Order: sequence, then structure tokens, then C-alpha cells
Amino acid sequence: MTDVLEVRNLHTRIDSASGVVHPLDGIDLTLKAGETFAIVGESGSGKSMTALSIMRLLPEPGWIERGEVNLDGHNILTLPEYRMRDVRGARIGMIFQEPATSLNPVLTCGEQIVEVLERHKIEEGPAARRRATEWLKRVGIPDPERRMDEYPFQLSGGMKQRVMIAVALAAEPQVLIADEPTTALDVTIQAQILDLLKSLQKERGMAMLLITHDLAVVAQMAHRVALMYAGEIVKIGPRDAFFAQPLHPYALKLFASLPGAGKRGEPLASIKGFVPPLHGQFTGCRFADRCDYAYDRCRKQAPAWHGPDPQHQARCHLLDPREEWRLAELLRREDDKVPEAADFAAPADAGDLLEVRDLKVHFPIRKGLLKKVVGQVKAVDGVSLSIRQGRTLALVGESGCGKTTAGKALLQLVPVTGGTVRFGGNEVLGLKGAELKRMRSRMQLVFQDPFGSLNPRMRVGEIIAEGMASFGIGANAQARNDRVAELLGQVGLAVESRYKYPHEFSGGQRQRIAIARALAANPQLIVCDEPTSALDVSVQAQILNLLKDLQKTLGVSFLFITHNIGVVEYLAHDVAVMYLGRIVESGTAEEVLNRPRHPYTQALLAAVPRLNTESKLPPLTSEVKEHLAADIPSPANPPAGCHFHTRCPLAVEACKAAYPAEVAVSATHKVRCIMVQPE
Amino acid sequence: MLVFVIRRLLQSLLVLFVMSLLVFAGVYAVGTPIDILISPEATQADRIAVVAALGLDKPLWLQYLLFVQHAFGGDLGKSFAYNIPAIQLIFERMPATLELASFAMLLAVVIGLPLGLYAGLKPKSLPARSIMAGSILGFSLPTFWVGLMLIMVFAVWLGWLPSNGRGSTVALLGVPVSFLSIDGLRHLLLPGLTLALLNIALIIRLTRAGTQEALLTDYVKFARAKGLTDARVVGVHILKNILIPIVTVIALQFGSVIAFAVVTETIFAWPGMGKLLIDSINVLDRPVIVAYLLIVVAMFILINLLVDIAYSLLDPRVRLSDAGTN
Repeated sequence: MTDVLEVRNLHTRIDSASGVVHPLDGIDLTLKAGETFAIVGESGSGKSMTALSIMRLLPEPGWIERGEVNLDGHNILTLPEYRMRDVRGARIGMIFQEPATSLNPVLTCGEQIVEVLERHKIEEGPAARRRATEWLKRVGIPDPERRMDEYPFQLSGGMKQRVMIAVALAAEPQVLIADEPTTALDVTIQAQILDLLKSLQKERGMAMLLITHDLAVVAQMAHRVALMYAGEIVKIGPRDAFFAQPLHPYALKLFASLPGAGKRGEPLASIKGFVPPLHGQFTGCRFADRCDYAYDRCRKQAPAWHGPDPQHQARCHLLDPREEWRLAELLRREDDKVPEAADFAAPADAGDLLEVRDLKVHFPIRKGLLKKVVGQVKAVDGVSLSIRQGRTLALVGESGCGKTTAGKALLQLVPVTGGTVRFGGNEVLGLKGAELKRMRSRMQLVFQDPFGSLNPRMRVGEIIAEGMASFGIGANAQARNDRVAELLGQVGLAVESRYKYPHEFSGGQRQRIAIARALAANPQLIVCDEPTSALDVSVQAQILNLLKDLQKTLGVSFLFITHNIGVVEYLAHDVAVMYLGRIVESGTAEEVLNRPRHPYTQALLAAVPRLNTESKLPPLTSEVKEHLAADIPSPANPPAGCHFHTRCPLAVEACKAAYPAEVAVSATHKVRCIMVQPE
Repeated sequence: MLVFVIRRLLQSLLVLFVMSLLVFAGVYAVGTPIDILISPEATQADRIAVVAALGLDKPLWLQYLLFVQHAFGGDLGKSFAYNIPAIQLIFERMPATLELASFAMLLAVVIGLPLGLYAGLKPKSLPARSIMAGSILGFSLPTFWVGLMLIMVFAVWLGWLPSNGRGSTVALLGVPVSFLSIDGLRHLLLPGLTLALLNIALIIRLTRAGTQEALLTDYVKFARAKGLTDARVVGVHILKNILIPIVTVIALQFGSVIAFAVVTETIFAWPGMGKLLIDSINVLDRPVIVAYLLIVVAMFILINLLVDIAYSLLDPRVRLSDAGTN
């Protein structure tokens, strides 16, 4: 294989109010034809900046200080801008994270492909249109003729990502840079897009630079992997070796912080401290301040590359042959450590805390001159579930399945159409005024976005105390003040934090504040709506550890709404799987995750990319994938009978007749599928 | 779309009705035109006869009902001063105002859009800073002062351009217009520029803000990553997106330019509707004032409707989803 793209000693700088930032400090990498090279790292590590530097599309105050980017042996950094435009799109294609915002909303899909073909003089006029249609077909878009004249908003998220891939590949570039290509997509869609990228790459023999924060995606896609930290590559190696031997302490921590079934009961590894500010020079190792194994040399001298073989290397002094004794010593000490006892016994059964029966939330669709109600969006359509004291129920499903609406309906934050919600034995739907308030103090909510959910103009202490005052908790201001201090301690923040404003905190710290705010009302149940999906893995690990500790000490129950199966496997006692407003399967975590019976649950679990083969489930066959590739139907107009039959590999005629009745596989395991027989 | 238009028209009728009430009551409150219309020497009998002929002896509610009754027949009353139907009077003057307003808006777009784009694309350059500083002047200088200054410089000192009137007109489909002759254009230039100034500033600011926002979007980044030229990125990808708010403002401003050309028309003695309004207010010519205000309201409603339709042409999301649902 020949080197197509070679990046040498790349240094990128950005002007900022606080001085010059060094997001990239000496990046070296090579891409061979037909190879997928992945760059992984947490936010701020510089992985996207690497892509933008190669494309020379840095944001306004940024510039490349020195280095080379050689494409086929020619440095493209020295090209004048007008020549660089011939490289972009034609020789290096790029796709972005958000298909929803990356396609121009006012141009048709066809126009957006045709303009690339015409710009790079590949085809013109009707021939360009024919070629564009072919491309839509190649990326797996059904009915490409029609889609040519449609606008992006008329397509689903997965379809938009396919169109973006078609645009990026239309001029047949040698290199494709994919910046988080599937992060915004659901797992079943993600699996399809990754397959598509793989097959297109094989077919065309192009090189792919995959940029992602998702280690599991890397494990599935990449031939070689580089791990970035604070503006440099700290570890590089072929995929299998990369995951088998962490080499670098940062990689070790990162792998250990991923939640999953294998780590149930153990606390997840977390990394202390923060990524250092990237101004100016580092004298030692960039990770030293956060490293458990750092010693004096780490702070004085930047580590060189060391490693077991020339292909697999890391920047760490411990790998220096001269430090072999030190490494051996550390390893011996690690072995002596008594592993923390796995503690995952579910608490003694204290009865149901929350009992939901047939919950419905329908939103009317109004049309016509008199705004007559012509239909209903059945966001939640007959959901039944129960949560026991001190346990965690995970509500999982893909976007648009109604899981967030269901969570809000429990707290009556959206109007409920029907059903019953019994909390601690009392019906809570229809409560008003003081009673509703009292009920709400028992059930609290933590949102996904820690940036939008905290009032930026209030101090942290005020944010936490506000709820207490309104629920009448704490005898007086002094008592509430003491409680705020106690809560901050409980969520692992310094007491002084109370005088600061939310913007002074990182995402993970803000989520801690949001948790403290929820705890302030002494709730018995906390609804967590994707509480970690906006966070980096190492920060996610801290929050998950915190939630587990709080459950142990306070006995609080969680309703965990998420699409992240790894988190569910790690944390949940019980699982309910939702599809188009209804629960298709529920049971204990062990039952649902290890012995899923509903075809949707099986597909969902199999589509999750994994680091290793710890899952006992067989991978998806191509036939099953083809079925799943069908668009998710709209909740305004769900398919008759079983909602899943349009995408189900097992569907038969009878599935279209009626919605399947609940089949009890065990006392706790319930499935709605006519193909499942009770045991 | 049809449902949407019908609903909007029904709403418009309601607005017109409320407006007619307000205008009628308001003009009544201003004072009685009798003292101005009738010479002091007239006898009491003449006076009563005139009041009866104009219908001013009836109570206000009856006057209003009669007005509404006639309005449905397309008759908004006769001018007290000219003794011809108010509508006819206004429509005679309307082409002049429309021409002036259109010319002013055209100037605003032709000057404002490119300057705004430039200021948005190169915000730190000296020309961009000058443009932005200039736009503040456009906002803050009062129209009448600008008009007077322009007359002083170009008509009095330099003597290049005429200072008042429409100049020679050419009939276009039976309507007299100025812009088809050199002399007419020379007459249009100063009042047009005066009227355009505020709108130039407005369009510059809007375009600049839109451009800067668009530059940060993913679709512009993606367009650049495709290797497209700047001309295409700016001219197609950015412009097509930012045009939506700009079109709204242009249309709404067109309405206000027509309605409030009063000052400019007075300064440049432009024989349009605005001047007619001032003259009518001076003699308290009630039917003309009422008719004028109602026509302006109707024009605003029409323009708003056209904006919504223009929206749907520019934005496929509006065009293809049923506009009746929201």
C-alpha cells in the first residue's frame, strides 16, 4: 500500500482573547490507500482541528504555523487558495457530524451533488444529473429519481447522512475525512452508515481518516488508530494491538472508564483533574498532572515515542527501556491491589414506588380553515411500567420513540391524555396546586444539556436553594444554606462553588450541580433524561459513579432515559424498550440484555458497536440489516398492527392485523410479539 | 396554501373593520371641519345647509354606519375640499408615490445588499468598518434634514439636480411615470435617495448579521469542503438562506415608505399621496383622511400577504409543508 496522505509535524495556532492557543502541536500521521485511520480523543483534544487543518478550513482566527500535509507527495499547505479549492472535494472529501445542518436547507439534494460534479469538471448538465442520481443509488437511497428534487428536510437523519456521503464522494476523492460521521445518528442507523462507508471504501480503494470519540466505532472500522490528548498524538498503533495493550496511562484510564455489562457493580475508572490549557509550551508530559503513575521525570521532560514494536508506540516515559524496573514495580503494586468487591445486589424489594398504567400522551394535529383536529401524534401510547424503591429502570429506544415525552409526562410537564400514575400508592395524575407541588418535590428531573438547564444569571447556591424554598424545605435561610453546602459535598463539588456562576464550570461539573439541585428536594425518584450523552467518556464515568453512590446512600430510584446501551448495561436493574410510543419488551436487565426476545430489542442490541466480543449476541446478518434500513415510521401515522412490522425481519401477515398482546416470558420479563411463546 | 390565504384574508377584514372604527373616531375627535370649510361671512342658514349636505348633523354612530354602508359599495365619501370621490383623488396621486417608493427601495437593495455582504464577509477590514459607521448615520439622521441638505448641495450649490416636482412624465399604460425620461429620473434621484437612506442602513445591518451567522453554519463549512468557489458559496449558499429575513424587511419597509413618504414628498413638493394627506389634514378633509388611512392599512395587509407567499417561494420548508397548520 502506498502513502496517500502524510501529515508531518503539523502545528496549528488560534488567536483567542487569552492569547495564542496551540490546538495542534506536532501531529505526524500517514494514510495509506484503502486504509481506515482513526483519530480518537475527547473533546478539545484536537482531532477535529487536525481534519480542518488538513483541509485548510480553519476558523477565521486560526492558522497553520508550520508542518507539511503531503498529498501524493506534494505539500498542499503551500498551494495558493484557488489551487487548494481544486483539492477540496475532488481529491480530499469530507463529511461532517450533523447531517441535519451540513446540507443547505434551501437547495435540493440533487443540486448539492451536481454542483460538486460541475465544479470539478466531471460532468455537466443532464449528464451531471444522471451521475448524481447514480450516486444517490450507490449510497443506498431508495427511489433516487424522486429524492434528487427533494430538500434535505424531507429526508430522515440517516438519509441525510447518505446524501452527505454522496456529495463528498461524487468527485471520487482519494481521501475521505469523516468527522464524527455517526455521532448524531441512532445505533441502528449508525450500523448502516458504517457498513456503507466500509463498502464504498473497499469498492473505491480510498483512504479514510475517521475522527470520532467513540472507541467502539473505531474498534469496528479502523485499521490503525491514533489517540489524541491535549493537541498531540499520545499513542498510535494497529487496531488489535491498540485495544489489547493500552501502553499509555491515558488509554488505560479511557478504556476502563467505558461503561458496559462487564463492569457492573464496580466503580468506573475516572481521570482526576482537567485537560491543561493549551497556551504555550509544555515542559513535561501533558498528561502528567492527571496521571496516577507520574514521577519527577514526567514533569521535566516531554516523553519520546516508545513501544513494543515500531508500529505500536506511545509517548510515555514508563515505556522507556531504561525505566523497565519502574514499570515492573508499578505492575506488581497494581496486582497487589484488592479489587473492590462487585456490589450489585439489588436492594431488598421494598415494593413499587412508581406504578404507571397505560400512560398516553397524544398531541393533536390541526389542519384546515378552522384548525380542525385531523389526527394525533401518539408520542406515548399506552405505556405501563413500574419502578421499585432504590432501583434503576432504564427506558431505552431510538430518537423519536417517545421516551423523553414519557419521562416528562410522569412529572406532568406535558399534558397527559390518559392513564394512571401511582406514586407511593397514590394517584398523581390530575393533582393541582399545592398537592401537585408536593408530588413534584418527590420526583425530580435531570436534563441532558447541562448548559441549557441551569440559569446563567443565578449563582450555584441560589440555583440549588431555589427549589428548596419553593417546596418549603428547610426551616429558614440558614438551614437551607447548610443544606446547600451538604449537597455540594455529596455531588463532589467544593463548598465555595455556591458563589460561582454556571459558566465557570465544565460540562461534568454542571451536571453535578443539576444533580444537587434535583437532590435538594429530597426526592424518592429522579428522572434522568440522557444525563451523560453530552459528556466525554471519562466525565461520563464520574457522573455514573456519582449516581450509583447516591443510590446506595440515599436509596433513591432512577428512571434512566437513554439510547446508550453501554450505560444501561452498566447501571440498570430493569430495562424497558420503547418503540413508537409503546413498550415492546421489559424485564430485568439480565433478561432483556442477555436474552432479548423481541426482534427490535435484538436488533438494537446487536447494532451497538462494541470494543470486544463481550456480547453473547450474534451480530446482525445482512438480511436483518436490510429490513432495519427501512425508515422509522412517523408516530402520527404508525403502521397498523405491530408498529415494528415494517422493519422486522420476522414479520408475517398476522403482524399487520393487531397490536400484539403482552406475552409473559417470566414473572418479570414481558414481550409484545406474536412470535414469542411463553416458556 | 389556499386555506392559508383565505384565513389571512378573513383576518384582514377584521383588521380593516377595527381600523375604520379607530380612524373614524380619531378624526372626529380632532375637530370639526365646518369652521375651516365655511367662510366666516356665511349666514347661519347657509351654515346649517352645508352641515346637512355633508352629513355632519347626524350623530357619530349614524355617520359611521352610513360610511360603512357606502364603503361596501366602494364609496369612501367625497372630499369636502375638492368635491370629488376621495378614492379617486387618492388613486390619482398614488402612482407618483408608488414610483418614488419603489425607486427608493430599489436603491436601498442595490446599495445595501452588496455593502452588507461585504461587511459581513470581511468584518475587520477598513471599508467594512466605514460601511458600518456610515450605516449608523443612515439610522440617526432625520429624513427632513437629509432632504434639505441634499437640496442645498445638489440643487442650490452645485445646481446638478432639480429640487422639486416630478419633471416631465411619460405615460405608461395610461399612468404617468417619471423614470422613463432623463428629466424625470433627475427629479426622482434626490427624493428617492432621501427616502432610501434609512433602508440602506437597515439592509446593510441585516445582511451583515445574516452573512456572519451563515458563515458559521455547517452547510457553509461543508460547501467550502466541496471545493466550491467563494462566488458560489456566497452567491448561492449564503445568499439564498439570508434572503428570507431580508425580503420580509424590504417588503414591510416598502409599506412604511409609502405610508410615511409624507415628509419627503412635502420637502421635494412631490405630487404624491403624502402631500395630499398633509393638505387634507390642513383643511380637516375627513373623507380623504379616512380613505387614505384605510387604503394604507389595506396596502400593509396586502404586502404582508405577499411576504408570506414570497417566503414560501424562498424556503422549501414553508412551501412544501402545509402552511395551514401553523
